[in-house]
Amino acid sequence: MSILKADNLSFSFDEKIVLDNLTLAVEEGKIVAILGPNGSGKSTLLKVLSRNIKPNKGIVYLDDKNLAQLSGKTIAQQMAVLPQSPQAPNDLTVRDLVEFGRFPHQSWWQGKSEQDEHYVSWALAQTGLAQMADRVVSTLSGGERQRVWIAMALAQKPEILLLDEPTTYLDICHQLEIMELLAAFNEEHNLTVVMVLHDINHAARYSDYVVVLQQGKVFAAGRPKDVITEHTLREVFGVESEITLDKTGKPVIIIRGLAAKKV
Amino acid sequence: MLSKSFFCSNVRKRGEWRAFILVMFAVCALGGIILSLSVGALSISINEIISAIFSDASGANRQVIWNIRLPRTLVGALVGINLSLAGAILQGVMKNPLADPHIIGVSSGAGLAGVSIMVLFPHKEYLVTPVAFLGAMLAAVFIYILAWKGGIRPVRIILAGVAVSAFLNSAISALLVFYSDRVHGALMWMVGGLSARSWPHLDIILPYTVAGSILAVFGARRLNILNLGDEVSRGLGLNVEVSRIALTAVAALMAASAVSVVGLLGFVGLIVPHAARLLVGSDYRYLLPASALLGVAVVTLSDTLARVAFSPIEIPVGIIMAFVGAPFFLYLLRRDA
Repeated sequence: MSILKADNLSFSFDEKIVLDNLTLAVEEGKIVAILGPNGSGKSTLLKVLSRNIKPNKGIVYLDDKNLAQLSGKTIAQQMAVLPQSPQAPNDLTVRDLVEFGRFPHQSWWQGKSEQDEHYVSWALAQTGLAQMADRVVSTLSGGERQRVWIAMALAQKPEILLLDEPTTYLDICHQLEIMELLAAFNEEHNLTVVMVLHDINHAARYSDYVVVLQQGKVFAAGRPKDVITEHTLREVFGVESEITLDKTGKPVIIIRGLAAKKV
Repeated sequence: MLSKSFFCSNVRKRGEWRAFILVMFAVCALGGIILSLSVGALSISINEIISAIFSDASGANRQVIWNIRLPRTLVGALVGINLSLAGAILQGVMKNPLADPHIIGVSSGAGLAGVSIMVLFPHKEYLVTPVAFLGAMLAAVFIYILAWKGGIRPVRIILAGVAVSAFLNSAISALLVFYSDRVHGALMWMVGGLSARSWPHLDIILPYTVAGSILAVFGARRLNILNLGDEVSRGLGLNVEVSRIALTAVAALMAASAVSVVGLLGFVGLIVPHAARLLVGSDYRYLLPASALLGVAVVTLSDTLARVAFSPIEIPVGIIMAFVGAPFFLYLLRRDA
C-alpha cells in the first residue's frame, strides 16, 4: 500500500516549469531515493511533499487523505521532515533540540509528559547521542549535528521521514553513518524514508526504490538495478559510466567521463 | 554571541544561571520601582511609602505617592513590559536581531497620528493617546497588507516597514516644519517621557499588558519552534503563517498601547530583549520573563534618573535610556564577542 502519493503535481516558478505533471507513489516501509541533476525539481518535489511549497496543480495524499486538508499537527504526527542544512540558535543543547520533536504531540497548554521524556531519551539512545545530550549543538561536528536533527525527527515518532540531501557537507565516513542509521531505522521500525540524494552510489546501495527526475518529470522509477543504468546516467546526468553488480546484487557505478553532447 | 557561562556543558549550571539572572532582573525591577517611588524633590523612605500606599490615607506623603509617583512608576513599569515583550516577540517572529516595534510601523504610525493632533488640534490634547493608538495599529496592518504575497515573509515585512516608516516620518517632519511654533510639545512626545502620566494612562495600558503577557507566555514554545526556521517549523506541524500573524498582532497591540501613552520610546524594544538574550539565552520560556523584568528595571530606573539628574528640570526618559543603555549594551556585546 502506498503511504504517500503525489498525483499529477505541477509547479512553475516565474514561467519556468519545475514540476511537470509528476506522479509518484511511496510504499510503506521502503527507502525511496529521489535522484536527478541540478534543477530537475527534486528539492522542489520534497518541498511540495512537506507542504513548504503549494503546487499549482495536483494533490498529495498521505495515507489516502488529501495533505492540503489535514492539520499541520496531524501530518507532523505521521510525517517528519528534515530540510537541507537546518539552522538552530547557537545556545541549544542536543536535548533541547530533540525535545522540539515532541511539539506535534503536545497540546498548547501542556508541558512535557512522561511519554515525551521517554521518546526523547529513546531518540537520543537510538542515534548514539545519549552521552552528548547536554552538549551545545553548535559545538558539535557536522556529522553529529546531522544526527541530532535526525534524532529530533525520530522523536516525532513518524511513520515517514522526508530528508533533503541529508549527507551534504559530510565526509565519507559520516555520510555512511547517516545512511546506515536511516537503513537501521527502516529495518527495525518499518520507517518509510524518502530522501533526495546526490550520490548515486548511496542511492543504489541503500534504497529499495529509486526515482530519477529530469526537467520536472519522472524519467525512470523502480528498483535500483533496473533504474540506475548506463542509459539513465547518459540521458539524465550526461555522463558515461560503467555499472557492475556487487556481491549483494546492487549496482555499483563508476563514472568514466562526460557523455558526448547530443547535437 | 552568548555569555561564556552559557557554553558550559553542565546543564544544571545553565539552569541555575538562568534562575540567577531571572532573580537578579526581578531584584532590579523591584529596586527600580522602589527607587522611583522614594527619590525625587521629596525624599520618602520605604516605610513611609508602604504606609502611604496601604494604610495612611491622610498623610502628606500620600498625596505625592498616590497621586504622582505611584501611577507614574506603574505606567513606566508596564511600558517597560510592553515594549520589551513586543521587541522580544518581533525578533523571534522576524528572525532578525534588528526587529523591534519600529519595524512594524507602530512608532511612525503613532508618531504621525499623535503629532498631527498636537500641532493641528492643540486644544484637543486628550485625543493624542487614542488617535496615536489607532495610527500605530493602522500602520502595522498596512505594512502587513503590503508585505502579504501568498504568505508572510519576514524580509518583506522589514522592507515594507522601513519604507512605510520613512514615508510617515517625513510627514511628521513636514508637520513640524509647517508648525514650528508648536514643535516643543511634539518633540517631547516623540522622544518619549513619563512626566504627568497618571492613573487614566495606567487604565489604558494595563489591559494590553495583562492580555499580551498571557498570550506571550502561550506563544513562547511557538517562538522557540519558529527560531528553527520555516521549513523545520512546518515539519513539526506549526502553522507558520498563523503563528507569525498572531504573534505580531500581540506585539503590535502591546507596543501601540505603550507608545500611545508615553510617546515614541525607541530604545527599550530593541535593546532590552537583546541584553536579556545575551544573558539568559534564546529559549523564549526564559527570554520573555527576563525581557519583561529587565524592561521594568530599565524604564523605572531611567525615569528616576531623568527626574533627578538635572532637577528641577526633568528630561524625557527616552533620552536617558539611550544615553546610559546604549554604552552598556555595547559593553555586553564586546564582552561576548
